[in-house]
Amino acid sequence: MPNLAVESLNLSHFRSHHVVQIECDPRPVAIYGANGAGKTNILEAISLLSPGRGVRRSSAEEMTRRPEALGWKVSAVLRTQDRLHEIETWSQNGTARQLRIDGKAATQVMLGRIARVLWLIPAMDRLWIEGAEGRRRFLDRTTLSFDPNHGEQVLIYEKAMRERNRLLKNQVTDAHWYRAIEGQIAATGVKIRKAREEALEYIHAAQDQAETAFPTAHLTLTNPENIEFSANSDDLAELLADYRSRDLAAGRTLAGPHRDDVFGVFAAKDVPAKDSSTGEQKALLISLILANGRALKEQTGLPPILLLDEVAAHLDAARRAALYDEICALGAQAWMSGTGPELFEELGDRAQHLLVTEVEGKSKVDLQ
Amino acid sequence: MSNSSKDLDHLIELMAKLPGLGPRSARRAVLHMVKKRALLMTPLADVLAEVAVTVRECLNCGNIGTADTCDICQNPKRENGEICVIEEVSDLWAMERSHMFKGRYHVLGGTLSALDAIGPDELRIPRLLRRVRDENVTEVILALNATIDGQTTAHYIADQLGDVRVSTLAQGVPIGGELDYLDDGTITAALRARKTL
Ligand SMILES: Nc1ncnc2c1ncn2[C@@H]1O[C@H](COP(=O)(O)OP(=O)(O)OP(=O)(O)O)[C@@H](O)[C@H]1O
Ligand SMILES: [Mg+2]
Ligand SMILES: [Zn+2]
Repeated sequence: MPNLAVESLNLSHFRSHHVVQIECDPRPVAIYGANGAGKTNILEAISLLSPGRGVRRSSAEEMTRRPEALGWKVSAVLRTQDRLHEIETWSQNGTARQLRIDGKAATQVMLGRIARVLWLIPAMDRLWIEGAEGRRRFLDRTTLSFDPNHGEQVLIYEKAMRERNRLLKNQVTDAHWYRAIEGQIAATGVKIRKAREEALEYIHAAQDQAETAFPTAHLTLTNPENIEFSANSDDLAELLADYRSRDLAAGRTLAGPHRDDVFGVFAAKDVPAKDSSTGEQKALLISLILANGRALKEQTGLPPILLLDEVAAHLDAARRAALYDEICALGAQAWMSGTGPELFEELGDRAQHLLVTEVEGKSKVDLQ
Repeated sequence: MSNSSKDLDHLIELMAKLPGLGPRSARRAVLHMVKKRALLMTPLADVLAEVAVTVRECLNCGNIGTADTCDICQNPKRENGEICVIEEVSDLWAMERSHMFKGRYHVLGGTLSALDAIGPDELRIPRLLRRVRDENVTEVILALNATIDGQTTAHYIADQLGDVRVSTLAQGVPIGGELDYLDDGTITAALRARKTL
């Protein structure tokens, strides 16, 4: 079976882990152990094998094991189809995180072409209720999984946006300067918007085509400014120019894809996701992650790596069994955490099971 | 170390502050100069003292030299209607090394950056606009780095140039890759394949 999987994972001085080596096969990985044992830290380490700052969005310095605080390293062998890649990422003495692929210095964009990693963590439980930023970030992760260039476009957009906002804040009125920046905002902005819209289409198609125990979420891209712009960047540039005096009064840029949001609806009931029950909201997120995985598998031939932190705990036994069946059908190496082994019983030998314990202030990982 | 070598220590310390030199290589350089006192150390000291007094930025283009107007701006053969705009003097030297460009230069001294409080007046942009009017300029080549700020600056300038042809170096200059680090062949190719903006 074609697969994207971690074959070995080495942690050195990474958070609660001192020196840990985990060898695994492409099956899902069930991680159990007491609170504070170091389970989520393992998922975080794997999340660093894809572009961005990982599941906790921490700085390199926060991840260094204390009290030593010397720096840390995560290295992994990843299998994609029949190729093996060695990925190493580390930080020393509080310096910026470094990345190497197959022994050569590499960029995050290159990493995005190899490793697609999607996750669900407890902090996302309030995704539908809290501010637009979290939903936009969730959408951008999905988008990045389909389009590895998306991350770079977002970075350029955000930098140009910070420049424009500074001009607005300083009440600069030099129209040439605005135009120069707005040109770059517009060029990246239309690509970002288009990639997000395409990602939503892929997700919807994958939901429609699947038989699944999880509810369908219908998602629409929204924007508080209700702006419409075509794939033509001139339109967006013109819009920014038109809004300049209003933005000057506000001291920031009011319109643009940086304010995009996602409106989710629990399709079967036609109830907005934010008004759905706690369990239903979680089920919608699981449904989206699984749909994302199926869409990726169809497009690239490979399912993504999934990181599901404490997902099992919130599901009843029937739903849990359904989740495991769907993960196995997808063929994804899903790394799942929970406090006890009973949460993973239904998986049986369809998964490998790891016990994480804390011994003398160090996390210990044992294959069961 | 004994007191008598205090000055030598000081010399080594200063040398070690030069880019590309560390304490080890600074010690080697100083030892080498001591051995070649007449051939190297004395002439070096003399020319350092002289240049320290005379070195200045060209009032016209921002290049560095020892007169108010640099050699390139003084040379009538270089007035061919082309001005190449670069960020730093090191970029100018890189262009010169490629022997490909026959016109004049304009060194901005950086790029626009609202976040770093660098505006057009902190760069030599007003001066560039005047030169384009006064020096019979027919083409402005924007050889700025492919960074976000570099591109903002290029568009800012192009937006105000009116009738003259404005071109940029061909793609292939990597993002954030400074002109100074490119080899001569790459610069030559990029200049040949320049595109009108
Ligand atoms: N930089 C660090 N250095 C050392 N230890 C750290 C660092 N950051 C976090 N920790 C510790 O790592 C331990 C394990 O954290 P982790 O989040 O992995 O636990 P967990 O097994 O997921 O627990 P839970 O079941 O409660 O979610 C925590 O006790 C925390 O104090
Ligand atoms: Mg945890
Ligand atoms: Zn000059």
